[in-house]
Amino acid sequence: MSNASGSPLNPAMLETRQIRKRYRSGSTMLEVLRGVDFRLDPGGFVAVVGQSGSGKSTLLHLMGLLDAPDAGEVWLDGQRIDSLPARERDRLRNTAIGMVFQAYHLLPELTALENVLTPLLIRHGFSDWFRRRRAARREAEELLDRFGLSGRLQHRPRQLSGGEMQRVAIARALITHPRVLLADEPTGNLDEESGAGIIDALSELNREKGLSIVLVTHDADIASQARSIVRLTAGKVETVATNPAGSAA
Amino acid sequence: MYKLLLCWRYLRTRWIALASVISVTLGVATMIVVNAVMAGFSNEMQTRIHGILSDLVFESHSLSGFQDPVWHMEEIERAVGDQIDGMTPTVAVPAMLSFQVRGQWVTRQVMFIGIDPATHARVSDFGQYLQHPANREQLSFGLREGGYDTTDSQSPTDQPTRPVLEHAGWPHRRMRVERERLWKEQQAAQADAGPSRSVNQQVDAVLAATTPPQDASPPPPTEPAVAGDAPVATPRQNPFQTARPEQGHVMDPAKEQFTGIVPGIGLASFRTRDGIDQFLTLPGDDVKITFPTAGTPPKAVSDTFTIVDFYESKMSEYDSNFVFVPIDALQRMRGMIDPQTGIPSVNSIQIKLKPGADLAAVRDQLRKFFPADLYAIASWRDKQGPLLSAVDMEMAVLNILLFLIIAVAGFGILAIFFMIVVEKTRDIGILKALGATSTGIAGIFLGYGLFLGLVGAGAGLALGLGITWNINQIRQAVEWCTGARVFDPSIYYFFQIPTIVDPVTISWIIVGAVAIAIGSSVLPAVRAARLHAVEALRHE
Repeated sequence: MSNASGSPLNPAMLETRQIRKRYRSGSTMLEVLRGVDFRLDPGGFVAVVGQSGSGKSTLLHLMGLLDAPDAGEVWLDGQRIDSLPARERDRLRNTAIGMVFQAYHLLPELTALENVLTPLLIRHGFSDWFRRRRAARREAEELLDRFGLSGRLQHRPRQLSGGEMQRVAIARALITHPRVLLADEPTGNLDEESGAGIIDALSELNREKGLSIVLVTHDADIASQARSIVRLTAGKVETVATNPAGSAA
Repeated sequence: MYKLLLCWRYLRTRWIALASVISVTLGVATMIVVNAVMAGFSNEMQTRIHGILSDLVFESHSLSGFQDPVWHMEEIERAVGDQIDGMTPTVAVPAMLSFQVRGQWVTRQVMFIGIDPATHARVSDFGQYLQHPANREQLSFGLREGGYDTTDSQSPTDQPTRPVLEHAGWPHRRMRVERERLWKEQQAAQADAGPSRSVNQQVDAVLAATTPPQDASPPPPTEPAVAGDAPVATPRQNPFQTARPEQGHVMDPAKEQFTGIVPGIGLASFRTRDGIDQFLTLPGDDVKITFPTAGTPPKAVSDTFTIVDFYESKMSEYDSNFVFVPIDALQRMRGMIDPQTGIPSVNSIQIKLKPGADLAAVRDQLRKFFPADLYAIASWRDKQGPLLSAVDMEMAVLNILLFLIIAVAGFGILAIFFMIVVEKTRDIGILKALGATSTGIAGIFLGYGLFLGLVGAGAGLALGLGITWNINQIRQAVEWCTGARVFDPSIYYFFQIPTIVDPVTISWIIVGAVAIAIGSSVLPAVRAARLHAVEALRHE
């Protein structure tokens, strides 16, 4: 298999090729994605915008290996990943891809700190974890500290505000040092101020750490923070626009 | 690692799941208690039965028995001598025992067993079951000068439950003779003075004159004793030589006794609800026994005997059935001694095996050696086979039923786990999004089931052992609260509920309970593992 569609000298961090996805809803088939080509360069920051039902969340789920496309390919860093065996895909989700969701999706039984550590707990077995637990804990504390949550380490999710929960979720996505961060409407449940704080944090990560980010949103203002904007309409890419005002600055 | 953490957190935040485990706890506790008590009873019973019966019984089919026990014992020795610890001959015949209680004749159907006092205690625990300490050392069929146990020597309590036995033996016999003498005097005076006093008044007067202090239930006058056999016969007597040497001698019942017998305690006593034994007759009293002679057709003969002790094996079947007598006396009275050679016959030979000998193997060897149409050879297990297998059966059925209780608890766990999986659907999606494998997700719920099973079985173990070890205190508390008798010693002849805690049984119970808990979490775990990540994440 040849390398990405672009120049071999300029491989994509994350790329989809003609992916299609259909859902059965009762007796009717609903084609959500109808051959989407999407490309995220290393260090890029792409906002995916579109109406509700345009397939942007589905696209993100397929790139995050939460679901498998009916046709087409997903490539990560020069490797086709959608056809890997289940165990490999699980491993990539745990090590290479960080995900942030609209509804935060923290585990209610665990404290903020434990939630951040969850990916590492999943990655390591019992004995491994005991060897690494101090280092992991320190890193998680640093991450939470960076997001201004140093006083909230032992709080359960229900004791945190929405903005705090989303920052914990971002810390959880970053603890694995992912190659790409996929954010699905991360500000959807937040008030404007908190949402702006989240987007600022993402922009900063992109700018300073060179983290590749895909941000799904329906909010044009938020999308304008990204370096390029992809508009999805009815399961197809309508426009791709670079955004000079984006976070590259 | 996350599996452990999440299991632990779910355990601490999902109390409803612990509720489902209560039935596991109760099931395990009940099984432990029932098994301990059943094993206790079964063991007690087996020990008793084995104590009463010798290891092997070598019997004749005929009531007249077989001749020459010495030759038979030599033959048995020749066949399986290296395995044998001891042998003793016995004669057993059905008989009727009659004794007088307040002027009424009480008759009981008994098994009249002639034993050799020198060797019988060696083949079974016979000696331990007697009421006089000296008889427990070495049985003598002579009446003792008091000293019978007023406490049950086989019970752990020191409570004197048989105060009447204090006066048993020669003192009782002398008191009885004195009472008879007074009674006769009264009768004579009565005849002279005319009917001035009622019979009851006369009886009261005699009782008042002869009753020792604290004697709870003195026996009333019995019939005048008739001089009979020699008090103690010597073994292997030629019946022609010993033909009543004391003939013409008038027996003094205050100083002499008839042939001694040891009846089962159940024949002569009954236990009241407060655990005190009431006696109808005592050592020192004379009784009549009617039994068949050897030969065809058997003729019934009767003779008078003196009770010298009581036999108490705690198996009511035996205690209310057996009467022991010296074997030579019985042989003589039944005509089992060949008049020409002086060689006696016996019904059976009791055999005790050396420790560690294979019961069934020795039995089979003997069966090959002796013709089966003449001799019945059985082990004590064969003799009580139906009883022992009934107890085993009962235990097996109880275990199955109780295990079903735990199985029902398993369905409770299944239902609650399904609900937890539904409730946790979103969390399962989150874990999948973070890279948890399907087996890992299943592992959370299996581990949770294991935790719950261990908690339930552990609590059940503690509860079960607690109840087992304190079962007699619990019984007393229940009896105190309700006033009802939970465990009636007059039925069971145990003062305590016997229990045996068998670690192997308990391990199986725990393993079974935990396996059920894990087993019932398999379906919910598989369901959790198969959840689709995206749909799980969308679950509200």
